[in-house]
Amino acid sequence: MTSPPDAPGEATRPVAPRPRRVVPLWGWLLVVVVIWWVASRIGDGRAVLYLPGQETTDFHDRFTDLKADLIAGRDTNVLMQVVGAVSDAFNGVVEQLQGLVSTPDLPRPVPQIGWLGVLGIAGWVSLAIAGWRHALGTMASLAAVGLLGYWVDGMDTLIITFFSVAVSLALGLPLAVWMGTSRRVNAVVTPVLDVLQTFPAFVYLAPMALFFSLGPAIAVAVTVLYALPPAVRISAHALRSVSETTIEATTSLGQTGWQRLIKVQLPMARPSIIVGVNQTMMAALSISVIAGFVNGPGLGKPVLRALTAGSNQVGVAFVAGASIVLIAIMLDRVTTAASERTELVARGGGGNRRTQRIVLAVAGAAALVSVYVSRTYFSFAEFPDTEVGPEVADAVQSATDWTTSNFSGLTTGIQESVTTVFINPLQDLVAGSPWFVTGLALLVLSQLLAGWRGALISAVCLSGIYATDLWYDAMVTLTSVLVATLFVMVVAVVLGVWMARRRLVDRLLRPLLDAGQVMPSFVYLIPVLALFGPGRFTAIVAAFIYAVPVATKLVADGVRQVSETTVEAATAAGSTPWQLITKVQLPMARGHLVLAANQGLLFVLAMVVIGGLVGGGALGYDSVLGFSRGEFFGKGVSAGIAIVLLGIMVDRVARGAAERDRSAPGLLVRLRTRTPAHHLS
Amino acid sequence: MKLRKASAITGSLATLALVLSACGGGDIAAEEKENESQAAAAGDCGELNMAVNPWVGFAADAYVVGHLAETELGCTVNYKDLKEEVSWQGFGTGEVDVVIEDWGHPDLEKLYFEDQGGDGSAMEMGPTGNVGIIGWYVAPWMAEEYPDITDWENLNDYADMFETPESGGKGQFLGADPSYVQFDEAIVANLGLDFQVVFSGSEAASIAAFEKAEANKTPLIGYFYEPQWFMSEVPLVKVNLPEFTDGCQDVAQDVACDYPETQLKKVVATEFAESDSPAVDLIANFQWTNDDQNLVAKYISVDGMSAEEAAATWVEENPDKVEAWLS
Repeated sequence: MTSPPDAPGEATRPVAPRPRRVVPLWGWLLVVVVIWWVASRIGDGRAVLYLPGQETTDFHDRFTDLKADLIAGRDTNVLMQVVGAVSDAFNGVVEQLQGLVSTPDLPRPVPQIGWLGVLGIAGWVSLAIAGWRHALGTMASLAAVGLLGYWVDGMDTLIITFFSVAVSLALGLPLAVWMGTSRRVNAVVTPVLDVLQTFPAFVYLAPMALFFSLGPAIAVAVTVLYALPPAVRISAHALRSVSETTIEATTSLGQTGWQRLIKVQLPMARPSIIVGVNQTMMAALSISVIAGFVNGPGLGKPVLRALTAGSNQVGVAFVAGASIVLIAIMLDRVTTAASERTELVARGGGGNRRTQRIVLAVAGAAALVSVYVSRTYFSFAEFPDTEVGPEVADAVQSATDWTTSNFSGLTTGIQESVTTVFINPLQDLVAGSPWFVTGLALLVLSQLLAGWRGALISAVCLSGIYATDLWYDAMVTLTSVLVATLFVMVVAVVLGVWMARRRLVDRLLRPLLDAGQVMPSFVYLIPVLALFGPGRFTAIVAAFIYAVPVATKLVADGVRQVSETTVEAATAAGSTPWQLITKVQLPMARGHLVLAANQGLLFVLAMVVIGGLVGGGALGYDSVLGFSRGEFFGKGVSAGIAIVLLGIMVDRVARGAAERDRSAPGLLVRLRTRTPAHHLS
Repeated sequence: MKLRKASAITGSLATLALVLSACGGGDIAAEEKENESQAAAAGDCGELNMAVNPWVGFAADAYVVGHLAETELGCTVNYKDLKEEVSWQGFGTGEVDVVIEDWGHPDLEKLYFEDQGGDGSAMEMGPTGNVGIIGWYVAPWMAEEYPDITDWENLNDYADMFETPESGGKGQFLGADPSYVQFDEAIVANLGLDFQVVFSGSEAASIAAFEKAEANKTPLIGYFYEPQWFMSEVPLVKVNLPEFTDGCQDVAQDVACDYPETQLKKVVATEFAESDSPAVDLIANFQWTNDDQNLVAKYISVDGMSAEEAAATWVEENPDKVEAWLS
């Protein structure tokens, strides 16, 4: 294929004036797709590298043997003994904390601090760091979790979350500082973080259980692995963005590097670091359900139990999931407010210190009273049983039953037509072509969209996928991911534009989008299954629900940023609303649209494994298979590798395409919206 | 001003505390003492770590046995929600004592059973009395409408009917949760059936699919099994494959026969079996029927009881069966 006109080298050619593009980019893309399609007809299903669901290859078996060796040598393996000691320490800490607030601290029949005491302390802490509104919000959220009937599990989730976030920060901050001082470290650590964020947790759960035993420690370890990347990334970014002039000024005053770090960089980066804490917490919560797969304490367990008990338990799963959402929103709001407040205080604002101290002291006294009361009386120690949880569950259950029984005819029609019209033809092309045809086509497309760098990255990733012996499955997964992203973008653009143009719509939709992002997908899997039956479409729907919120928010922000004057000028010039949207607002928000597509893609990819649980097949199924059955462990690992490679390829090509567009927003937007990308929950 | 408001809050809180102490729930300190003296007098059972694999039938067994261990033997039972693979890993470290329902895992036995060359951390402890039946099933309405569909030799005549957008032009056969041993891809190929195995991915997905097929009278054939509470809701009908003979499933790629009936068994940690915990005898004696298990599973899945409630209810209703396990 020919390179597009703005490829490197073009500028040096003595052609003047620069010729207009004869064939636009989309023209080239079309040509590639047509040739690809013809080649796939000729190939007629040959050389697609299909491997049946329950077969493995030598590449896979090597990993399986590796794990068997680990198990056989576990009594003498030094690394395992060391990790075992660490995990004993983790278990000890978590059990102490549980005795403090969640489970009976024997021989005490109840935990040391009962629910009223926890409310008092949580309220006081929120008051201290975020203000009285947030204190009330925190207490209300916790009380609601109790009313829904999940006080103990909710406390366990909070314990695991806080402890994991503490560990993540203890590891992440020094790493971030190190990354900030050395470009080389940065170059090594960044891809490792990428892999950690995209590698499906399902694949490493079972081997991790060998190292970390089956107590709370493994929940902490899994959570830390997933929450570490945002902690490191955002802290490193925060340190890097402390202004050059400030640093130069202090250096000229003779500060050493260490002094600079402690006295200037860390304090100045504090608000951004709190944003990092926020994102780390959200990531930790989003993996809490996965931790339930290895008996991790917390709300993940009731959610998963409902999944095994079948369609009569959707309401129960919803109530447990809603508790996770409540906790997530509570932590999000408090940490965001805390970050804004430190910024305010850093600039010298923040109100009268003396009054603040008095209020805090009085509130502290009240909190102490509540702790005392909760230690003395049963009714303030154990959260009383209420009918609220079961009633909400029943209501949700009957609403779900009604929907599924009335609409399943219609939904089956939708599922069948989308599968026949979109998914199957695209899959025939991508997975049904001989592997070398698809590989070549993807390389050319990467080059067209993201230049030679993009093509090089794709070449590396595609070779890796070929090596995993899961080429066919990877291409089926790629197809589903692309279709899902397409749907996500269509809906995100419609909703995003609507939100940007109408304040009221924004105000109504935003909380729903927030909830959609944190609600564990396991909660809606069963109703979605009942509506659409197992299959790739259902997997796409699950991914769609997870990815739409982030993409929609990005589109809305992008459209809203188009300057008022431009919009007024266009309106004055007689543009109809339709013209205004299509000719002015959307083109000017192009950078955000590209970013939304990129994020949408990554979020969809993060749901591939969940898709495997509902008939999505391909790499998702392979990952679940590897976790469920020892003899397929290696296949699961290979599927994990293939998912990571697909993720890197798709992300880098999309990013490469975005970087060619000058209006693409900067790194911070990307960071802020990046997490809670989670593959599973 | 602020100060006065704050002290008013403290005052009212203190009053509240006083009122509460007057009507308070019970005395925590008193119960703590009682617990202490009870702990001294309690039996020698200690802790019992019970894995709970992710299907309702398993939970039925686990919670019934756990309930008895707790109430009759004074054990502290820790239920651990784990998949099979991870549960078996826990035998060697003392984190799992019992897997109460095992459907047969040759690969795990090789790793952990001494007589099969494993590390000896796990051992069998007799059958649960439940008989596992695995096979190909169709939605009940189909067996009624097309009586000869239950014979595999006629399946090709109906293959068109089972076609879906997922199955690439062939009839769709719904494969199951990846946890289960499945030979369906090989069976389809070796019997020359015009079907494509599409994996549902989870038990929940398979159940949802059969539920939907029966409700809407749409065709569906797939992998299913008993004992399973769902069978009492929608009694799926088994399709007869060529009969199982010894060894016909030894080579995965060559399988062309039905699944064998499986005597479900109990697997325990060797260390636990050799301990003097009174729970060892309970686990060894525990045996019941498919109907018993299905009833407890129905309490959980259909009637919405918690596993603990369901177990307690069944134990109360069946004192004679329980008696036999405890003696």
